[in-house]
Amino acid sequence: MKKKAKAIESAVHGVFLILGLITVGAVLLISIYLIISGIPAIKEIGLTHFLFGKEWAATEAEAKFGILPFILTSIYGTAGAVFIGTPIGFFTAVYLAKIAPPKLKHLVSSAVSLLAGIPSVVYGLVGMLVLVPAIRNIFHVADGASLLAAIIVLSVIVLPSIIKVSLTALEAVPKEYEEGSLALGSTSVETYFRISIPAAKNGIATAIVLGVGRAIGEAMAVIMVSGNVANMPNLFESVRFLTTAVSSEMSYVSTGSLHQQALFSIALVLFLFIMLINATLNFFLKKKKEG
Amino acid sequence: MVIGKVSKKRKVNIGAMKALMYASVFVTCALVVFLVGYILVKGFPNISWKLISTKPSYLSGDIGILPDILNTLYIILATLLVVLPLSVGAAVYLTEYAKNQKIVSAIEYAAETLSGIPSIIYGLVGMLFFCQFLNMKTSLLAGAMTLVIMNLPIVMRTTQESLKTVPQSYREGAFGLGAGKWRVIRTVVLPECVDGVVTGCILSVGRILGESAALLFTAGFAHTLNGVLKALTSSGATLTVSLYVYAKEQGEFEVAFAIAAILMILTLIVNLFADFAAWYFKRRKNI
Amino acid sequence: MKKIISILTVVVVFACVLAGCSANGNEKTVGTDGSTSMEKVIGALGEAYESDNSGVTFTYNPTGSGTGITAVAEGRCDIGLSSRKLKDEETAKGLKETVLAYDGIAVIINPSNPVADIDIETIAKIYKGEITNWKDVGGNDGEIVPIGREANSGTRDGFESITGTEDICKYRQELSSTGDVITTVANNPNAIGYASVATVKDSVKAVTVNGIAPTEETIKDGSYKIQRPFVLVTKDNTALSETPQKFYDFCLSEEAKGIITKAGVVPAN
Repeated sequence: MKKKAKAIESAVHGVFLILGLITVGAVLLISIYLIISGIPAIKEIGLTHFLFGKEWAATEAEAKFGILPFILTSIYGTAGAVFIGTPIGFFTAVYLAKIAPPKLKHLVSSAVSLLAGIPSVVYGLVGMLVLVPAIRNIFHVADGASLLAAIIVLSVIVLPSIIKVSLTALEAVPKEYEEGSLALGSTSVETYFRISIPAAKNGIATAIVLGVGRAIGEAMAVIMVSGNVANMPNLFESVRFLTTAVSSEMSYVSTGSLHQQALFSIALVLFLFIMLINATLNFFLKKKKEG
Repeated sequence: MVIGKVSKKRKVNIGAMKALMYASVFVTCALVVFLVGYILVKGFPNISWKLISTKPSYLSGDIGILPDILNTLYIILATLLVVLPLSVGAAVYLTEYAKNQKIVSAIEYAAETLSGIPSIIYGLVGMLFFCQFLNMKTSLLAGAMTLVIMNLPIVMRTTQESLKTVPQSYREGAFGLGAGKWRVIRTVVLPECVDGVVTGCILSVGRILGESAALLFTAGFAHTLNGVLKALTSSGATLTVSLYVYAKEQGEFEVAFAIAAILMILTLIVNLFADFAAWYFKRRKNI
Repeated sequence: MKKIISILTVVVVFACVLAGCSANGNEKTVGTDGSTSMEKVIGALGEAYESDNSGVTFTYNPTGSGTGITAVAEGRCDIGLSSRKLKDEETAKGLKETVLAYDGIAVIINPSNPVADIDIETIAKIYKGEITNWKDVGGNDGEIVPIGREANSGTRDGFESITGTEDICKYRQELSSTGDVITTVANNPNAIGYASVATVKDSVKAVTVNGIAPTEETIKDGSYKIQRPFVLVTKDNTALSETPQKFYDFCLSEEAKGIITKAGVVPAN
């Protein structure tokens, strides 16, 4: 009887171990698949040609597979979105965490949650019909589908996550810190900016890095407003991101061609960017735990 | 220094900071009001019973989104059915079994990584692995499996958090009565983590509702009306995917806005549910 | 206990799914795969055929002409759909083409644009970036915004090969669908684009090319130059199984002509 119970126990232990390792398995699966399907094209094209080639013309007789425009567009687009989204999100978070009356805080937080939950294609839809024509009219350019439109849409998309994570970090600052500063004669606003924010700086850094990850990985909203031509990045020109390069050509490409393999290689490059961002994120999370 | 006698320079600084805060809050709120208002105003007039109760027809040119609504339901159910046992199991392993710190941190790092991977990459790998390697073809099932991997870390995290709050004394008490580990988990630990599981489910539903990039290549974008089993094995668009298809591929903006309004309302409902669940479980724990 | 139940449910669901798969084999099905431009016409044909023959399931996978042709060759679908003629290397693989219909590619501009006619050479010059202002082609002063489709598109292939602009077009936007091109042109007074005649809506204006408007007659007699065939691709030496063969015959029947015309394209025979 006891033996049987023991056998069951160890079987159950084994089952749970397997379930626990599923996440690890999934990460390995994704990495291995991307590496296996991404390497052949890079090998054939040549790493420097692939990464630093300025021209992408996959269907021409003499096909060119240079993804520098995509890489730079993704970097500029993400940087722009974070540059706009961070200050707005950050100041909103400080206000909500420290100044807003509870009812208003609850209301605005719910609004921000709604913003976070809206599918990105909805942002793309509004961007396509409101933002793109607006950019054309305001800046008197021939066409509004551009890097600028993508940056604005992306900054709206990263905003809720920046607000939420900074808010959590600011709320976690011990009351004693602030009280000490107030007692020393600082006004409340000064206290928030001199004491609370530095104390929450790792949390805020986490928020920004999360925003970067979210922006660089966004595909559907961006494809709807950015025009999708493989130009070198320019604020008012139509551009193509790493994500949109993959999604716009993937559905029509013929299976097994160098073109398709090159699209997998782009996904691999995107994946490496994400891993880099994850590592940065972990660095800040660790620091937060220690600090 | 006495409060009230603040130098001019400091006053200017304080004023500037305040102005920036108010401006930011205003921008955020204005954005929400504009987006919600714009979508509801554009979308509501186009929602009709006919739209949500029929399937599209090429012959008459009518558009109906019933298949998309059903597909969304099916894919949510299929995903939750698979993701629940997997992620709860993983969370139980982490909190109840794992002693090796290396394995724990490997699992947690993996979960962290999974939640950072963009959905377009899930879509690609899902297409390669589920559709091609496992030969599921482009189907709702392949889409659901892809979503399972995406949502694993979410449900695992919330379950884990709630397992951690189960008092150690419960377990010790049960062990003291001579119960085996599996029995303790089954009868004492698992019933206590319902809140985490429910919260995780709500979050997952929200994520699935909003997902498009991962489904485009795995679940496809057909609008055929099928029974649940047939639907799982054939290609089908969820609401979000069909919004993309109607807006981008077909230029049917009335339909797109109607779907956007529906999605927005669903998002609101999901958020309310999440709030309610948080409030309900907090109250129950406090008693 | 709950866990056991949930695991059981999963198992049951999977079993049902597998059962569903195997049941599919006995059903009467027609699988088509290929060109996205043919969605409307093949969708209408499939729908009509399904409603005339109960118990038949018709599927259409909008993957693009190239993928559709490969799919027939590999036996993954019954009938492939291509919006271009087969290339020599494709017929060499033992594939056969049957022209179902002809589709004009309309050159579209914003309704507010006064230009009414452009000849093919001018269109080519616009897309090559040699003409960049509407006033050079009789319109208002304004920079021309050339809109095109993504690489691999059958429409782009057709347009570029007829206008002789293969691989040298300077697009302002490369969009991944016909609807998108129409929307963009409808929203931008200086845009020019191309799209299947079947899909053109009132929100844009189709110009006449060399003085000829894209209509059923001009497409059929070939006087409207920018056009391409919609092709059904089958295996040359192997006969179709019963249901697909019936559907294939239906597509070429007298009855189907009305449906094809209604879908906006010109029946071939």
